[in-house]
Parts: sequence; structure tokens; C-alpha cells
Amino acid sequence: MITLGKDEIAKYPFLADAGQYLKDKGFTLEQFGTDPDLKISLEKAFNRVQVSTEGKIYKSDLIGGEASKDYVLEREVFSFLLAIVLLKLTKMTTLIKRFALAEARRAEKYLEKDLANITDGSKKELAIKIIDDLFSIQIKKQDDYFIIPISNYLKHSVNFYEREWKLINRHVGNGFVFLTPHETVRLIRKELSNYISSKIINAKTPSMISGFEEPVDKLISLSKKFVTYTVTTGEYPPCIKHAIEVLEKGENLPHSGRFMLGTFLLARNQSIEQIAPLFKNAPDYNERVTLYQLNHLSGTSGSGTKYSCPSCEKLKTQNLCFAIPECDNIINPIQFGKKRK
Amino acid sequence: MEEKEIKFLEESFKKYYFDNFELIHVPERTSEREFGFQKFNSGMTRHISLKDDKELHLLFMQNIPSDVYCSNAYYSFPNLAMNEKDWKGADLIFDIDAKDLHLDCRQNHCVTKCNECNQVSNLNDHCSKCNSTKLDTKSLPCKNCIDASKKEIIKLSNILIDDLGVERNNIHVYFSGNEGFHVYVYNSQFQELGSRERAELVDYIMFRGAIPETFGMKKLKPNRSLFPKFEEKGWRGRLSKEIFGSQSKRSKIISDLISNGYLDFQKNLKNISCKIGAQVDPNVTMDIHRIFRLPGSLNSKSGLTKIFCKDLQKFDPYSEASFLNENTVEITANCPIEFKLKNKKFGPYDNEIATVPTYAAAYMICKNLATIS
Repeated sequence: MITLGKDEIAKYPFLADAGQYLKDKGFTLEQFGTDPDLKISLEKAFNRVQVSTEGKIYKSDLIGGEASKDYVLEREVFSFLLAIVLLKLTKMTTLIKRFALAEARRAEKYLEKDLANITDGSKKELAIKIIDDLFSIQIKKQDDYFIIPISNYLKHSVNFYEREWKLINRHVGNGFVFLTPHETVRLIRKELSNYISSKIINAKTPSMISGFEEPVDKLISLSKKFVTYTVTTGEYPPCIKHAIEVLEKGENLPHSGRFMLGTFLLARNQSIEQIAPLFKNAPDYNERVTLYQLNHLSGTSGSGTKYSCPSCEKLKTQNLCFAIPECDNIINPIQFGKKRK
Repeated sequence: MEEKEIKFLEESFKKYYFDNFELIHVPERTSEREFGFQKFNSGMTRHISLKDDKELHLLFMQNIPSDVYCSNAYYSFPNLAMNEKDWKGADLIFDIDAKDLHLDCRQNHCVTKCNECNQVSNLNDHCSKCNSTKLDTKSLPCKNCIDASKKEIIKLSNILIDDLGVERNNIHVYFSGNEGFHVYVYNSQFQELGSRERAELVDYIMFRGAIPETFGMKKLKPNRSLFPKFEEKGWRGRLSKEIFGSQSKRSKIISDLISNGYLDFQKNLKNISCKIGAQVDPNVTMDIHRIFRLPGSLNSKSGLTKIFCKDLQKFDPYSEASFLNENTVEITANCPIEFKLKNKKFGPYDNEIATVPTYAAAYMICKNLATIS
């Protein structure tokens, strides 16, 4: 269990027990909707959610992670806790996701600063402890770097699509990955954001509180602009075209290629009867086996698991990727040709 | 394969297993592993759990399998269906196969056998007799294949030890019994990694996905001081030695690299990967539910044994992994390639009757290049 000082709660408010914090301070939620002196916290909470929808990070009243006065610190924590109440009342998941990401990025800045703090060792220790407690990453300081075991690094880095996070593009030695404070905290952004959003999702939804109606309505109308529709051109990506060509020529397509083709076409809503004939020219074609395997992929037989099409990254490793410029910005073949309307 | 050949192989395999139990042991954490086996001309039986060597030896004697497998994974319930096994972890395994190394020698020791008319001909994409494209490739790997595979194993071991922090005594190398080697990594920090994470390790080991920036090259205003130095560890050091050759050439080559530009550097990184990266089969390492041939068991593609390599440099599979007996047998061989087993040369045979020791007969029959007369 991490013990937090006042400064730390303001920097990392998601670590606080929301209900307990308000109780300890002697406040009820209702007061924030009606008391003119406390309303500023509600306005700040609204603002905190609103800026997150614009992809920005809430501009804190803290200066260098510290506040000149205690009430500034409290307001900082209140605005976070009230933002959660607002989000629960809007019931819009898209807002929660955006808010959680923005808050993760905000906390990231403080974690990075604390990790790099050479004058106050306790700040660095706390940041290391937060990262270990929340995400089970054991960080050690070595010279100018933070080092973490490769296996730990990989569990997090596989969620990144930018190539600089690939292990090959990292400074690696003796079983460890060497990272700067910035890279260390960036590594956990997604988990931090997931941690915050799961805390919000699991929090109880209060009934509507007097004075909260207006910001809640505003946020609901704000969230509507994030609803998008997509259309698909229907064209196949080059990896799928290549696999079909190989089969048409009667050449051998490796198991991984067959898996990709099967799962892709199933994801495009083709039936097993439509897909099976594609494999007819394979040198080892066996109708019974092909149908069995396609049924297995679709989840209609076996364990009932429906298999997904492998990611572009995985296909690259398997030598099945033949990317063209139209593949830019997609991470899975099924996204090929999809456009936002 | 016809009945006569199956009977011959089953008898030879049974004798081998009976005489060589001391070579075949269950791996550590036996009761957490999944075992499987195949019989000649039959499908796979898997999801078997065993307790000890005794149960394993019984399996051999009762079934006379053509191939026996064991998972690298540990499960709570290895004998249940895949989704109920409760996966706990898996040893890290690499497969280095000579056929993936694109060696020039391959065309000298590979033939194709037509599935339609049984014609054996030189390596080709269609049958020389009936033009069918349904062909099986049969390879009788040569010394060059084994030497090239060994080089890859050495590259792999160096990366595992220096970069990934694996202790040398936790790396075990086995000859697969046919065209390659299996490298097992025990007791490492990687045991619990999933498939995606293992794919990343593979890319690292194979030097794939490297970006120019990692090695100091930038799109705009490249800085000479960011290029790797000889003494650096990991890929920067290895790449530095590869592209600069010697310290004295470093400065000039950096100037050339900068003047050739970013895209050229990117292309170089890609081209160089098969030279400096260890050529392993990515699919094998990524698969965390696979069952692997059991060390000490016979490989039905060759009749040779999957065996631990005590001294890799000196290891010669064609004398050290051939354990079938010396009793002679008459066969009709259609094996146009000469091969050597137990320091004895055999072939080439042009659809002719020959009397050869069991181990050589099994080698050709397993490759479908001979039948019992």
C-alpha cells in the first residue's frame, strides 16, 4: 500500500479513495452542486473533462508539482473526484476513455519529474514504488538510466505500434532494457490510462445531484461528436491478395498464411462454404481438414473460440506482410480500406 | 507408405527404443507437460500426461510410435482440451532449420517426388514426367547444411547470453533428427511470456524491424557522434563491427552513410539482417502451445535420433544421431543422392535393389526414396 502525502494526492489523485477523501475533508457531493464557494471545484471538474475531449492535458494549479496553499491542493483533488462523478452521470464510455488517457498523461509528467529528481530521493523512490505496485514493473537505477527486465518491458511495449518501442530499437544488455525517465513513464501510459478508466468504470454511479445537471448535459452533447461511422471499400489488403495468389498458383501457403486468410475472410463475413474452395489448389488439399479448420477458426467447432485476424506486426514477423502505401496507419488487415465518414 | 515399409520401420524403431531407454527421459516438471505421439500413417494423439520415465517407456512399447512429442509449456491440467489446460508458462525454444537458410548446396541434395506418378527428379516446381505441381521435396542435408546451422546457433547463443541475460548452462542444443537444431532456454525470465512478446524477442534475435535512428542515422541533420562505436554492447556494437569492418574505416564510412542518405541506410539495415541476425523459425518460438519432438526419440522423417549436442563444434549428426541397428536388409532404392551415415557412404541408387544396414534403409524409406524388396 502506498502512503501518499498531500502533494502526492494532488499529483496522483487516482490513487486516493474518492469517497473517503471527501468524507475526511468533511464534505458531501451535494455541497459542491449548491455551495457558491465550492462550485468552482465543479467548474474545474467540468473543465478537466472538457479539455480531455480535445486531447489536451488539464492545466493544473500546481506549480512544479507543488501548491503554495493547502486549499489549492484540495481543489486539485476535488476537481478530479468531481470529474469522475460527472463522467459517471453522463454514462458515456468514450468520455471516460479520453479523460483517463489525459489524466494518465498528466500523471506521467509528474512521475517523470519525480523519477529524475536527484535532490529529493524520496520522490524518486515513491515514483518507483507507484510503478511497481500498480504495474509490477521493477525499475532499478543504473548510471543515467532506469533499467527494467526485458520480460517486464515486453509485456508493456507490445501494446505500442511505433517502431522505436520494438526491442530491437532499444538499448539492451544482460537481460535488461535501459530507459530514460521519460521512456519509463511513457511505457506505462496505456496501463495507467486503463487503471484510471477501470477505477472510474468500477465506481458507483450516484443519482443526479442538484447543480450537476447542466455540466452533465453539456458533456453528453459534447460526446456525441465522437460517434463515427465507417465505410469499407471492400478491396483486399496486399497480404491477403498475396495469399490468394499463392494458393491459386497451387503453391504451398504456410499454416500461418492459411490462418491469416481464413480469419480475415471470416471477419469480412464470408461463409465457410465461400472460403473453403480457395484452398482447393493447395498441394496438400484435403476437403475434410479444410472444413474442420475453418469451422475451428469461426468458433463453430472446438472450444468455441472465434479466432481474430493477426495484427500487421505479427504478419511482418511471419513474413506474410507485403505492405503498400495504403496500409499506412492500419494495425490489422481488417482495417484496410476502411474510411471514417 | 505401404504395409511392408511400416512393419520394417516399426520393428526397427521398437528395437531402438527397447535397447536405448537410457537415452530417453521425461523432461523436468513432467506432470505439467503435455505429451503426444503419432503412429506410422496415422494422425496425432495428444493431450496425454505422464508421470515419469516408466510411463514414457510404456507408451513407447505399447504404441511403437513413429514420433513422440512433449510440450515446452507447463499446464495445470495437461491432459485436458487446449482451452481447459490452464497455461502456466513455457520454455523458450528456437528452431534453426537448414532449409530456411537458403543455402546454395540445397539444390545438390534435394529431390522432388511427385504425388501423382511417384517420379523422383531434381529440385523443380513441376514433375519432369507428368508436369504435376503436387510435389514433395525430399532433402538429404549435407555437412554444409549442418555447419551453416551451427553458425546460426552460435549467433543465437551470443545474443541470448550477452543481450538477453541467459546463463550459458541454461541453453541446451539438440539436433532435431532431420534438417536442423532445437535450442532450448530453461529457467529464464521469459518463461511466462505470451506469443506476442516472444514474437518481439524473435525480431530482436533476427535483427528485424530496426530503424535507422537506433543506429544514429536521422532523416534531418544526421549527427556523426550518434553512430555506434565498436566497443558498444548489443546490436549497436555488432552492427558497428559489421558495417565499419575496422576502427580505421569508421570515420570514412560514416561520411559515406550520411551522404547516401536515410533511405539507403534503411535498406542496408534490412539487407544486413539475414547476415547478422540469427536465422530462427519465428513461428516455432511464438507458438506457446506447441509440442516438440522429445529428445532421445526417433524422427520418422529420417530414422535419426533427436539428440543433445554435448560439443556443438564437433557434433556430427550422421555419426552421432544414427542409432538404428546394423542388420542388413534388401531394398529397392530410388535415391539419386549419395549420403553418409556412421562414416559409411551410400548411393546414389537409380531404382535398384541394394542390401544395406537397417539404419541406412530406414533413412531412405523414411524419406520415401526406397521400399522393402
